[in-house]
Amino acid sequence: MQSVTRRTVLAASMAAFALSAAPHAFAAEPIKIGLVTALSGQSALAGEALTRGMTIAIEEINAKGGLLGGRKLELVRRDDEGNPAKGVTAARELIYKEKVAVLFGGLDTPVSVAIVQMTNQEKVPFMGPWAAGTPITKNGAKVNYAFRVSAVDEIVDKAMLSYSQKTFKAAKPGLILVNNAWGESNEQGIVAALAAKGMKPAGIEKFEANDVDVVPQLTRLKAAGADTLFMVGNVGPSAQVVKSLDRMGWKVPVVSHWGPAGGRFTELAGPNAKNVHFVQTYSFFGKQSPVGDKVVKALKAKYPDIKDVDDITPAVGVANAYDGMQLVAQAIAKAGSTNGDAVREGFYKIDRYEGLIKTYVKPFSPQEHDALGENDYVWAYFNNDYILPVGMASR
Amino acid sequence: MLLLSALVSGLGLGSMYGLMALGFHVTYAVSGTVNFAQGSSMMLGAVLTFALARGLGWPLALAICAALLLCALYGLLVEFFAVRPFASRGSDAWLMSTVALGIVLDNVVMFSFGKEPRSLPSPLAQTPIDFSTLGLEGLGIYPLQLVIPLVGLALAWALHFVARRTRWGTAMLAVVQNRDAARLMGIPIRRVVAAAFALSTLFAGVAGVLIAPLVNVHADMGTLFGLKAFAVAILGGISSAWGVMIAGLLFGIVEASVTATLGSGYTQIITFSLVIVALAARPNGLFGRAEVRKV
Repeated sequence: MQSVTRRTVLAASMAAFALSAAPHAFAAEPIKIGLVTALSGQSALAGEALTRGMTIAIEEINAKGGLLGGRKLELVRRDDEGNPAKGVTAARELIYKEKVAVLFGGLDTPVSVAIVQMTNQEKVPFMGPWAAGTPITKNGAKVNYAFRVSAVDEIVDKAMLSYSQKTFKAAKPGLILVNNAWGESNEQGIVAALAAKGMKPAGIEKFEANDVDVVPQLTRLKAAGADTLFMVGNVGPSAQVVKSLDRMGWKVPVVSHWGPAGGRFTELAGPNAKNVHFVQTYSFFGKQSPVGDKVVKALKAKYPDIKDVDDITPAVGVANAYDGMQLVAQAIAKAGSTNGDAVREGFYKIDRYEGLIKTYVKPFSPQEHDALGENDYVWAYFNNDYILPVGMASR
Repeated sequence: MLLLSALVSGLGLGSMYGLMALGFHVTYAVSGTVNFAQGSSMMLGAVLTFALARGLGWPLALAICAALLLCALYGLLVEFFAVRPFASRGSDAWLMSTVALGIVLDNVVMFSFGKEPRSLPSPLAQTPIDFSTLGLEGLGIYPLQLVIPLVGLALAWALHFVARRTRWGTAMLAVVQNRDAARLMGIPIRRVVAAAFALSTLFAGVAGVLIAPLVNVHADMGTLFGLKAFAVAILGGISSAWGVMIAGLLFGIVEASVTATLGSGYTQIITFSLVIVALAARPNGLFGRAEVRKV
């Protein structure tokens, strides 16, 4: 009994010593940055794109001497397999075991929504470089630790409307949406965006991800006088819509969320794939800013499989992750520590960052946790297998 | 015009359901068991054709034949591993094991083929038929959509012919009527049952090959199809070959016309409710006969 007590006292005093010594003894220890995304399966390429964007940014920061007086950044990755439960487990491990200062999410909205619940509780800042679900950053938490450098459903819906009005003089858009939560949330967003301009959709049609034939839905939108189509769906279902339009011989402008960018859209949808205009946050094609040139050069030097800009794919993942990582570094620098609360406040203190996607001026505030807005989107289309900005005929 | 287009579309889909339901019918008739994972067999037909034609560059016709042959072989495996061990001991566990085998197959395909949807082009689904001379513009029908119901009906007729007019068919019917008597007459029951399973996955494979150019080829393309095909098999009366085929066509047409008139949000609600109503009125299916249970 006595010895147990003695051992406990000893252990406690050692722990106290270790704690008090920690900040001094390990001043040069790296700052760990976590990434939880799909690294295997269908979305492995997307996970790799995020990794590359973050890695280029981290190497740049480390080459300049790191952060907080010489501490280097270190990337720690975990696979979520696109599964919310696995994502939360991985995030927990990164927070408790690896003690990451900031956690990056991946491309699946359900995974990010689940992780954000936990990071808010644990007071760990979260950076979303891909998933567009509105509730990731608008999560209702009193003290919100979730930030994002990516498209946001709600804003994409507004952007689809203004783009279609500007480019196609759309007056009566018809909605063709995949019948799931993603389609549902965009239906609300689009209807709200239309209502804000005193407009109404010509019709709202849903289709199943496995629908063989979307001709009936499209025929009804046509009969209702739709002059443009707003499409929300992953690459497979989106291709079914394009094929059905082709069969009907209906040549109508299609403005889409970024679903088509997620796969072999041209192979699936056929020659008319090129008529679909969809949202992106960045394109490495065309004239680049000095930051763009620098990032492309660094990517080519680091990854031998990148021979030209079309090998930087998906571009959205690389670009968002690069800017996201740079903004996180600024927030940590402003915070002067890796304390979660301080870093969260640090985000609000960022004045100006000349980034890849744009020059960010006061990108975050307690009311605004999304760094990209409607005017930051790029509209793109498929030219064979390349995603080019609209208006660019060839690479 | 909308309804005409829906009709063609519905007939095409309906004959797919019918073909897969015929697969349920043949095995049920001879053995009282079915391969619940018909959807996976259908997917196998499409994926194998894709892999052979696009992956290995075989001519399409050869790829289709090889894929169908492999589908039939898969049917033998289903019978040997997932049905016989249980059915021979009077257990109903084949219900579960055929579903399980289908899930295994789906996931094996996901691993090897990938989760990314792919496209299998067909010369019959490139340009829509031009009906403008008939005053029907924008009808939007590929030649393949007309071929599909023809193949479906031809196979149903062939099955009917084989069952009534050939020695194999007679043997099958004998097994259906009285297993023990058939065995005493020297009919190899095991082989007849195995052949029925091969035929069943072959039908599903044909459905997969036919539908593939109209949809995207991926590992879970068959799941919903398989479910609908089973509903169709029960609706038609699983013991009647023509019954399940006609029920398939009906189901397809109702589905397409509901989508065309009310919208796809209502399709599943209305079609499946109609199935329930129909079965309440005719518990043995539209064309089925009540089983006489001898005690």
